Amino acid sequence: MSKAVLMQGNEAVVEGAIAAGARFFAGYPITPSTEIAEQSALRLPQVGGTFIQMEDELASVAAVLGASAAGVKAFTATSGPGFSLMQENIGYGMMAEIPCVIVDVQRTGPSTGLATSPSQGDYMQARWGTHGDHPVIALSPSSVLEAYRLTVRAFNLSEKYRTPVILLMDEIVGHMREGVTLPNPNELIINSRKMSFHDGANKQCYFVPEGQYVPAMKPFGRGERYNVTGLAHDVSGFPTNDNAVAGANIKRLLDKVEKNADDIIRTEEILLDDAETAVVCFGGTKRAAMDAIAALREKGEKVGLFRPVTVWPFPEKQLREKCAHVRRLLVVEHNHGQMLLQVQRAAAPAQRVDFLGRIDGTVITPDDIIAAIEGKEGEYHAQ
Amino acid sequence: MSDKFQMRFTGSGGQGVILASVIFAEAAVVKGLHAVQSQAYGPEARGGSSKAECIISHGEIWFSKVIRPDFLLALTQNALDKYAPELAGDAVVMIDDSLDAPACLDPERVVSVPILRSAKEDVGKAITANIVAVGAINELFGLFDEDVLREAVSRHIPKGTEELNFRALSVGKGLIAPELRDKYLEENEI
Repeated sequence: MSKAVLMQGNEAVVEGAIAAGARFFAGYPITPSTEIAEQSALRLPQVGGTFIQMEDELASVAAVLGASAAGVKAFTATSGPGFSLMQENIGYGMMAEIPCVIVDVQRTGPSTGLATSPSQGDYMQARWGTHGDHPVIALSPSSVLEAYRLTVRAFNLSEKYRTPVILLMDEIVGHMREGVTLPNPNELIINSRKMSFHDGANKQCYFVPEGQYVPAMKPFGRGERYNVTGLAHDVSGFPTNDNAVAGANIKRLLDKVEKNADDIIRTEEILLDDAETAVVCFGGTKRAAMDAIAALREKGEKVGLFRPVTVWPFPEKQLREKCAHVRRLLVVEHNHGQMLLQVQRAAAPAQRVDFLGRIDGTVITPDDIIAAIEGKEGEYHAQ
Repeated sequence: MSDKFQMRFTGSGGQGVILASVIFAEAAVVKGLHAVQSQAYGPEARGGSSKAECIISHGEIWFSKVIRPDFLLALTQNALDKYAPELAGDAVVMIDDSLDAPACLDPERVVSVPILRSAKEDVGKAITANIVAVGAINELFGLFDEDVLREAVSRHIPKGTEELNFRALSVGKGLIAPELRDKYLEENEI
């Protein structure tokens, strides 16, 4: 009998989180992410972890940030309506530089929308949901195994860069079950935050050495006391109204993601080398694209795929490089055209950019993509 | 079987059609095949319409939803009336015998069996109807060996209910006459 097990995307997230070392979940269950809370409630206590069902999503992120500041890798999971409520504290986590993972299993919005239907309508919210200029890392899986692997990676990036990382799932992958053979957790690379147990001069808990971007974390609740705030702060963690200090700190927060984009960004290219048309998509949409590309290739049409695995920061440079020879980019998303805007910005003037989207809660099929590729010019154009 | 065997399970929420689809996907994985399972349901936990799907293949499966089912299970008239018209001519439909097959279906392709009644009277528990259906479907298409199917069922039922569920499988199997089984076996061999 096969070693593979049947697993749901949402379950794979929990197994990935545990493998990454997460031992705290606080959340408020919501379709289509509910299985992550359910499974966390079951699995975390088995590995010495803690599960708390909170009163709402604001409190969920607050609890997650508190747990992480105290030294435990922590995560939460939600869907669109809850993701909206989480935004303020996600920004707090970015400002106070507290690692954690926020899973958003997208459903059709706006508002409570179509609770059980797939969507990718939170793509821009993942980037700009919280206010102010802030760094964002978001990853989007397209299979159950990738949901596991990217959850591990989300924790790794979060620990490495001391910032909340968003795992941008969709209902297609969250609710889908498929056979997977999970890697041996002992063979995974696991990053943990750099700690500083040294009681430094002037309580410099946000001290960053020259040429670096990420301060080492002080253990909270042990040793030297320090301040955690969402206000602009100096290296001591205490609020400051000094514009030069505040500006430099915010610039550093942005730089730690922007200057490390090559480390953070992952993309996938399939059959791109000779492609005249590239389907650009992310998350569960890849699954329809793969069948469409296979069918078109059989007919001799030169079609390939470019998929941002890291969806934020958007892999602009990678798209330009890998798709330089491609004449036409077809952006396919379960929304009204969100990643499309990023592709239009990145595309060369001579490249045609078309769009296929869906906002009614149904799934884009391989035939839809084939029709869009073989059909006339799309609704949108880059020029 | 063509390269993919696409199954759709429909009924009302609470009847366990999602679990039925999960069991076939699990059995495929146990056997070393590729399988993808997905589901669609309304916001209600019970009483709303429920649709679940399972695709089984020797090769990798990408698109996870069923477009052209090879098989449809319908446990309610609503589900049958809703999904029957979308079926291709060669699809096989299993319905509970309390339902009326719509005129659009070729009677030759409809297998009407007493799933709900057998669960209640022969197994002794109405809630085992989905497992009775699993036993019947497996027998109809000769999909999986008994031990593979039992292993798949065991992974998804509460501990201590194995005997009850295995009895439901047997009752389901018994609903399929040998000549009926032989009719579909060859065309859907995995």
